[in-house]
Amino acid sequence: MRILTGNDLASGDVTWWTGTGWSRHLDDAADVADQGEAIARAEEGARRVNVPYVIDATMTADGPRPAHIKDRIRALGPTVRPDLTLKPADPNAGSWVI
Amino acid sequence: MYKYDEYDQSIVDARVDEFRDQVTRRLAGQLTEDQFKPLRLMNGLYLQLHAYMLRVAIPYGTLDSRQMRMLASIAGDYDRDYGHFTTRQNLQFNWIKLEDTPDILAKLATVEMHAIQTSGNCIRNISSDQFAGAAADEVADPRPWAELIRQWSTFHPEFSYLPRKFKICVIAADEDRAAMRLHDIGIQLVMRDGELGARIYVGGGMGRTPMIAPLIRDFVPADDLMSYLEAALRVYNRYGRRDNIYKARIKILVHEIGADEYRRQVEEEFVAVKSLGLDPPAAELARITAMFAPPAFDADAPDRVDRTDPDFAVWLDQNVVAHKQPGHAIVTISLKPAGGIPGDASSTQIDLVADLAERYSFDELRVTHAQNLVLPHVRKADLYAVWEALRDAGLAEANLDLVTDIIACPGLDYCSLANARSIPLAQKIGARFADPARQRNLGELKLKISGCINACGHHHAGHIGILGVDKKGTENYQLSLGGSGAEDVSLGKITGPGFDEDGVVDAIERATDTYVALREPGERFLDTYRRVGMQPFKEAIYG
Repeated sequence: MRILTGNDLASGDVTWWTGTGWSRHLDDAADVADQGEAIARAEEGARRVNVPYVIDATMTADGPRPAHIKDRIRALGPTVRPDLTLKPADPNAGSWVI
Repeated sequence: MYKYDEYDQSIVDARVDEFRDQVTRRLAGQLTEDQFKPLRLMNGLYLQLHAYMLRVAIPYGTLDSRQMRMLASIAGDYDRDYGHFTTRQNLQFNWIKLEDTPDILAKLATVEMHAIQTSGNCIRNISSDQFAGAAADEVADPRPWAELIRQWSTFHPEFSYLPRKFKICVIAADEDRAAMRLHDIGIQLVMRDGELGARIYVGGGMGRTPMIAPLIRDFVPADDLMSYLEAALRVYNRYGRRDNIYKARIKILVHEIGADEYRRQVEEEFVAVKSLGLDPPAAELARITAMFAPPAFDADAPDRVDRTDPDFAVWLDQNVVAHKQPGHAIVTISLKPAGGIPGDASSTQIDLVADLAERYSFDELRVTHAQNLVLPHVRKADLYAVWEALRDAGLAEANLDLVTDIIACPGLDYCSLANARSIPLAQKIGARFADPARQRNLGELKLKISGCINACGHHHAGHIGILGVDKKGTENYQLSLGGSGAEDVSLGKITGPGFDEDGVVDAIERATDTYVALREPGERFLDTYRRVGMQPFKEAIYG
């Protein structure tokens, strides 16, 4: 699958295209197929996202998982600061990142 | 310390106002990201892996408690309660919101700080010796000259759009504590026949094409220094390549035309520049220099230190060095605790260090390129109290220049340019060599890790260097040996094929075991490597 990601313009937070809007959670990411670039242009123009780009991912039983380690780290947070990740209370939250 | 005059303050205040307007226009959609990106970068604001990152300039690594407390305050109010001290003696906040940035810069301006010259193709924040003004071996305090260069370079109309970024370092001792010859221009202040001047090295740097700067002029009289720098930059600005980012640094120009031809052109330009009156009048230099006058040291401060506490004695031997003033000492605060993140400090720790500087170090602090902090002027009688306070805050690691005093860039955990993580590797190496006695037995061993070829972690200059690369989507680490950023400067050589994360830790251990087996009395790791060469290490590492 192909998913679309970027950063929120004002906050800089990592965001994922859900099909209808943007979410901080990778699990909400939708397959954009071959529409990623067009969605990116429209959303960037509307100032709802900053520097969006399309990446390869795999759909798993637990949700979409980016193909590249850089995007997996982006999705959750620094591997060295689990307390700062999106799911700091879940010790297994990052088991798929590395 | 330097104090802003009305011009300095008005320049910084005006820049904050300007950026506030630019941010407002960006958020309102009046500027595209392509238009806005160079503007935010001119104010130190990057977009990194997880968020915006703000790099705050700490000129020549010097700051006072008021500034340090402001950094702690910003970390607490606008970031996630910590900051990261960098190999450029700056500080980075990792989780900044664009909408907050103008307010943050306004607060920094109230304590004479900013984020100008921390990005872009300009002359970057000037770096210097963290022991400046305190070291016994310096011929002069390099900071007035670093400050003069800061003022000259800030918004310099000719040099704000150079072919590429430009880094200048000023030191004033034969011992190089600032990796001077790995800068675009390295300046060593020297005395010749009673006259102060500068030895000028041009064309050093790390990155994908590491080079050691050759000597371009062995003595520029201090009165000519600014004109000479102007000439050196002009030649680069005129002939440095703008067609290829990988060949745009001055090191490539100097390498391609040769040091002799570059020197000839600079000398020719210097003759023209010298007539322009760029060198400061004596009164202005005196004004700046006066602000770096030595503090009121206690002339009667006792020299003796009570070493009864064994843990304190270890720290004393490892992290405290001689001061030029009897009865005083220079303290390096390690930001490399076991299991920690090199260069990171919480707002509580930053505040504590500010308190210690105010109380025990004449209100002065330094940041080192090795990502540590320095209290430059501590009475020896106060050392125990300083150590106790540091120990209670988790800041008394006695590992300065030992194998666990690792330089590591933020790597793939934070940086959008990185190919591999640096910090977890530093933590694994720290765990492997956790035994303090083992560290001290290995002696001085500078280990440096970069998460990509840009070499922010100075891996080329590591006695042991590690470069993280992307190997078909997985992290891989190249090992190099024999680098040095000190006065015995050299570039490390790659040992051979790379390793995974655990493999490189094993390889480092085999390298240090080889050193222990082969060393002669008094030899550091680097000395043994240089004497015996790569082969014995390679055989041990690859079996």
